[in-house]
Amino acid sequence: MSSSTAIAPVGGSRSASSGDGRTDLQALNNAGNGTEEQYVTFTVGAEEYGVNILAVREIRGWTPESRLPNLPDYVRGVINLRGIIIPIFDLRARFGGGMTQVTKRHVVVVMQVGERTRGILVDAISDILAIGPDAIKPPPDVDSGLIDAEYLSGLYTADDRMVTLLNVDKLFAGEHVDHEATPRAALPEQT
Amino acid sequence: MPVDDLSRFKQTYFDESAELLAVAEAGLLRLAPGGVDMDEVNAIFRAVHSIKGGGGAFGFGELVAFAHEFETVMDGVRNADIPVTTGLVDTLIRANDVLAQMLSYAADGTEAPAGTTDDTVAALRRFLGKADPAPGAAAPPPEPAALLPDDEDDEAGIFGDALAAIQAARDDRPAAALPGAIPDGKVRWTIVFRPKAELLLSGNEPTYMLRALRRLGEAEIVCHLDRLPSLRDLDAELLHLSWTVTLLADAGVDRARIDDVFEFVADDCDIRISAEAPPPAVIPPAEAVSANAAPANLPEPAAPTAAPAAPPAATTSSPSGPPPGGAKPKANGNGGDHAGPTTHTIRVDLDKIDRLVNMVGEMVITQAMIAEHLRDLPPGQFQELREGLEGLAQHTRELRESVMSIRAQPVSSVFSRMPRLVRECAAATGKEVMLVTSGETTEVDKTVVENLVDPLTHMIRNSIDHGLEGPDERERIGKPRAGTVHLSAAHRSGRIVIEVTDDGRGINRAKVLSKAIEKGLVQPGASLSDEEIDHLIFLPGFSTADQVSNLSGRGVGMDVVRRNISSLGGRIGVYSAPGEGSRFVLSLPLTLAVLDGMVISVGEERFVLPLTNIVESLRPKPADLHGLVNKCDVMMARGEYVRLVHLHRLFGIPRAIDDATRGLVVLVETEDGSRLGLVVDEVLGQQQVVIKSLEANFRRLDGVAAATILGDGRVALILDVAGLREMSRHSGTTTTAPTTTSALPALQDQADQRQRQPV
Repeated sequence: MSSSTAIAPVGGSRSASSGDGRTDLQALNNAGNGTEEQYVTFTVGAEEYGVNILAVREIRGWTPESRLPNLPDYVRGVINLRGIIIPIFDLRARFGGGMTQVTKRHVVVVMQVGERTRGILVDAISDILAIGPDAIKPPPDVDSGLIDAEYLSGLYTADDRMVTLLNVDKLFAGEHVDHEATPRAALPEQT
Repeated sequence: MPVDDLSRFKQTYFDESAELLAVAEAGLLRLAPGGVDMDEVNAIFRAVHSIKGGGGAFGFGELVAFAHEFETVMDGVRNADIPVTTGLVDTLIRANDVLAQMLSYAADGTEAPAGTTDDTVAALRRFLGKADPAPGAAAPPPEPAALLPDDEDDEAGIFGDALAAIQAARDDRPAAALPGAIPDGKVRWTIVFRPKAELLLSGNEPTYMLRALRRLGEAEIVCHLDRLPSLRDLDAELLHLSWTVTLLADAGVDRARIDDVFEFVADDCDIRISAEAPPPAVIPPAEAVSANAAPANLPEPAAPTAAPAAPPAATTSSPSGPPPGGAKPKANGNGGDHAGPTTHTIRVDLDKIDRLVNMVGEMVITQAMIAEHLRDLPPGQFQELREGLEGLAQHTRELRESVMSIRAQPVSSVFSRMPRLVRECAAATGKEVMLVTSGETTEVDKTVVENLVDPLTHMIRNSIDHGLEGPDERERIGKPRAGTVHLSAAHRSGRIVIEVTDDGRGINRAKVLSKAIEKGLVQPGASLSDEEIDHLIFLPGFSTADQVSNLSGRGVGMDVVRRNISSLGGRIGVYSAPGEGSRFVLSLPLTLAVLDGMVISVGEERFVLPLTNIVESLRPKPADLHGLVNKCDVMMARGEYVRLVHLHRLFGIPRAIDDATRGLVVLVETEDGSRLGLVVDEVLGQQQVVIKSLEANFRRLDGVAAATILGDGRVALILDVAGLREMSRHSGTTTTAPTTTSALPALQDQADQRQRQPV
């Protein structure tokens, strides 16, 4: 039970802070231009997820990746995106669903997160939705589900489907911090 | 005037000021009592003056006021009113630092804190007090007449473009193309050229003559249309035009040369030629007056803005680099210097070059891809295509080299920082040190140059602090009191080699060894060769200084140096002779963008090994292989036991060849000379690859130096041999099966592992 109590305050503060975060984003991107934001939604298995369209740089078909050694399986590897090398994350594996068996019909959503460009492997693109902030419900306390509440920025109901809106920064930031703690990476490169 | 335009010029001003500060600092460091080089002094004066002038144009009042104080003292030095003493040089160096601070405040757009300059100004004025009984900030320093044209020239060359543009923007009226004044040394010819109507019939072409005139100097050509008939009456065969040419030519152009132009048509036209020389010249119009008067007003900040009103040609006259050491005043008032030559350097945003480098990199990849496909074609066919591609490959290589040379910089930009460091270190340790540099013009990629500063700083500090003896001790053992540190750079077989040599006591091997044992870096009783002992100083946490001094002795120095150097793809070695000194040798690649590599395959993955690491590749016989405990295999290669590292085990790659006798062993060597046998499936061939960052979008990985894109567009990882060795150290000690997960916990105790390893 201790784990759920530990997460509960996190989830509570997340819903509050994600609300703030959204308003900030709107202020930046949508200044004086309505309050709705567009989300690209895609499917992974039976689930539907959405990310803010402003973070999406392009959507491309699956091309074979080069594996990276000694990394968790949700890091599929790296691909060549017109001369730059970007990592590809397997969203299904990230949420504990095992590695995706890729086919030609799988899709990579290339996203710009801060300074970094990264791709996530999903099953298919499904929709582009315009969502107002009021329509986004805070995520419930998911303490043992496939997804850590931290990666969610909210839930949205489109017709009768539920779309999970992902917090892209958190999704990748977590991965980054986990492994940065290895001694080699922590050693000063320049002094 | 749009604001962003001004800010662009501001940036140029700051960039150039930084260069000027460096020039001034270099000059100041060379300034020593006795034997004052006036050219040097003038160069410093001009640098400070130019910074002041530009600052005035942008309204940086405090900066200008301070630069003025600095300049006034420099002027005193220049006129030999102020004797050069060590104290003076120190003060001037401090003033240079303060000026740099003022510039950075100005660049940030913040006010310098009150009193930033007070101490230094006071110190500067003290020197002035000795020379001038009544110093005053407002008193304009006396300007020797001979230097005036030079100053003006300097300013026009360095800030010319920016200032001219500002000036143009401030004046609404367009700048006059040619001022009415005739510059000194020029002659104005007026040529009235009235060809007869039949000129064209004899096959003559008047435009040729006009062009010929233009080659003689600056020509202003006016065409007279007054004899032109109406279209109805026009006879296309006849010439109805006449011209008046105003030619501003050098004095060397005489009447005969102008006559020559019209030699063949002299009978068919009416030519009147008249000349105007400067002495009985027309009264110069207002613009020219201000241009000439500008140098006289130099101490006033506003003056430089007036200077560019001189003929526009003047602004492009000299490259914007540091003023040449000679800096002799040009032939007096010879404006002709400005007319002809254009600038030989341009200032380019680094991003643009990087984009170009990237693009060329892409081209190399595309070209490799085409070449790969071409190999699949049936032999003996498409001969022309093959030849074409051969040519393309050649051009691509040349293009890449040219692009790389744009980024190349002489190492002097790093070396020039060292005299100051030596000066400070010498003062702090009480030693006498002489720094000798050579090979400063050796060029290497900008990123390499930038990353050299830290390692070199460490190494020189180390040489002075640990290597050199104190002056008394040196005298006692018969060495000159002042120790010598020699810093040199040279190109050697596609790499740059930098050496730091001192003539000090050399590495005290007994002390190094006992320290290493004391720190647990070496097992007591281990027998190490002299060379191995020397290399102990590169171990993390090693320091022999008995006291932790300000300079070195924190025990981070040399291992950080080695780390920095190897992160640049370089190697470091040390050679030492007791009592005679030590020599540190750095070897670095010329560029960080391209690498000669060997493509190898393991399972379905392909990797690139830097060619510099590879000794040879071979397929061992079963008799060469020996098993040690914990499956740590060793192999006998050329009479030496080498530890084998199975890349697929280390990286968790499925479907790879495990048996070294069926695969291949690539013998690799790390920068410290230790060898390793990498077991791979196959060696695919040598290829030049463009280094791509993995960290830009992801992060660093163990055993991986970077990534690249192969001919088929797939990404391949470039292996870091030293990293692989580190990884294999503990995967050798862990007995678990090599899976992707087992490597992760192993990483955690890597730090401990590093502490324990003997070299």
